[in-house]
Amino acid sequence: MLHLVLFFVFGTVAVAAAGNLLAQRHPINSALSLIVVMASLAGLFLLMGAEFLAAIQVIVYAGAIMVLFVFVIMLLNAGEEERTAGSRVAKRLGFPAVVLLAGLLAWTLLTRNQHPAPVELSGRFVGSPVAIAQLIFRDFLLPFEVTSVLILVAIMGAVVLASPAGTTAGPGSPEQPPAKREE
Amino acid sequence: MGLTVTTFVVVSVIKIVIALVVLLTAVAYTTWLERKLVGHIQNRWGPKRVGPFGLLQPLADGLKFIFKEDLTPPHVYKPLYIAAPILSLALALTSISLVPIGNWVTLRGIDTPLEITDVNIGLLIILGITSLGVYGIALAGWSSNSKYSLLGGLRASAQMVSYEIALGLSLVGVLIMSGSLNLREIVDMQGGHMWAWIPRWNIFRGQFIAFFVYLAAAFAETNRVPFDLPEAESELVAGYHTEYSSMKFAMFFMAEYANMITVASIATLLFLGGWHGPVFGPWWLVAILPVFWFALKVFGFIFLYIWVRGTLPRFRYDQLMAFGWKFLFPLAVANVLVTSFIVALQK
Repeated sequence: MLHLVLFFVFGTVAVAAAGNLLAQRHPINSALSLIVVMASLAGLFLLMGAEFLAAIQVIVYAGAIMVLFVFVIMLLNAGEEERTAGSRVAKRLGFPAVVLLAGLLAWTLLTRNQHPAPVELSGRFVGSPVAIAQLIFRDFLLPFEVTSVLILVAIMGAVVLASPAGTTAGPGSPEQPPAKREE
Repeated sequence: MGLTVTTFVVVSVIKIVIALVVLLTAVAYTTWLERKLVGHIQNRWGPKRVGPFGLLQPLADGLKFIFKEDLTPPHVYKPLYIAAPILSLALALTSISLVPIGNWVTLRGIDTPLEITDVNIGLLIILGITSLGVYGIALAGWSSNSKYSLLGGLRASAQMVSYEIALGLSLVGVLIMSGSLNLREIVDMQGGHMWAWIPRWNIFRGQFIAFFVYLAAAFAETNRVPFDLPEAESELVAGYHTEYSSMKFAMFFMAEYANMITVASIATLLFLGGWHGPVFGPWWLVAILPVFWFALKVFGFIFLYIWVRGTLPRFRYDQLMAFGWKFLFPLAVANVLVTSFIVALQK
């Protein structure tokens, strides 16, 4: 009973914060709403017994990735969002699309909810760190490692794209002007 | 469980009240200790007028903070400006609820752990809560709408995100050795002695380098000297809390000291054997001594904090980033590799 109440509390907070994310016009308010969404998702994970996932959700998403988002918004001093013709089109097409998608998802889940069995809100912890470690580092080791290589490639791509033209050869290249100062 | 819901709630509320009172008193007297010690290091007396040895100084400070005018500058972004110090203090006080300070106790037939709640993944949750603490500082810097605050907030977020990695990795060695994320189990692993007299604390079992990395990263995470760039007063006035006054400033202040106590407690639990220590004497001494050892170790850590503050100069910002990424981070990774290799060999 208590689990069901908590499920609705976290679920309502998550949906309300997600709505607020869209409604707010200042990017920092939207970023903060996204943090609230992630925190309530962590609460939902905890209800389903995935304690490790809940903690990682908070540490990685709310505590690290969103800090970088907020950091960039602060650094660029981003102002209020402007409404253009494009955003009006997005609003006209977006809301029907959301309703359609939500209806489709609800219909699919309601008509075929037997396979796999619906998640139990028991509060029993099934997703222990040991179980997750065995999945990642034994059963799915290859996909895990391939993903890490993929992320490495993405990081290198970002570095190449972000550095100004001509400086990608590294600090030791002869055609580069003398380095100003180590950053 | 063996507990009815009513007893559970009553016991929890009592523990929460005790933990809050003890923590806030500890915070108040850490500020006293800091002023006194730094005073003596600099050949001054420190506070000595209010009460014997200046012991009532924290009380006087508290009264002063309450009665000072609460000034809100005109150009701040008000919702976040008000929320930031509340967020900082709330997160700092929450993380202490998962820190165990002693064994289970039985009073009038009720078994209860000496902490507010015992969680399987206690360490991860504490890390999660402290990783959210950066928002209080970053938002304070941003919402104040002042260049010094903004620079302080930016410095703080970059610094805390960078050093969090070294901090987390330095704990991995201990976690590999104990095979658990539960703080109570980690402490229980460290009971007893090696070769008859060396305690089996993790710091003596090969985690010395990890302890050093944790120490350095913890100083940076709590924005203390020599890593107090976010509030470097010679260049940034006061950093992220430049525009704050009265109780709102005091909340940042209390959050900083509460965070110090939390990282000191984690260091004690993970590296220094928690509440383990010589236990002897009649039953009441046996009951109290573990908590006393825990408090003594935390005190030693805080003493070191203040000592370092009185001794070391501040880093330059590029030195700070280079130290974190090029020295502490590889050192922590090397420690994880070596520890896991040795643990795998032993199995």
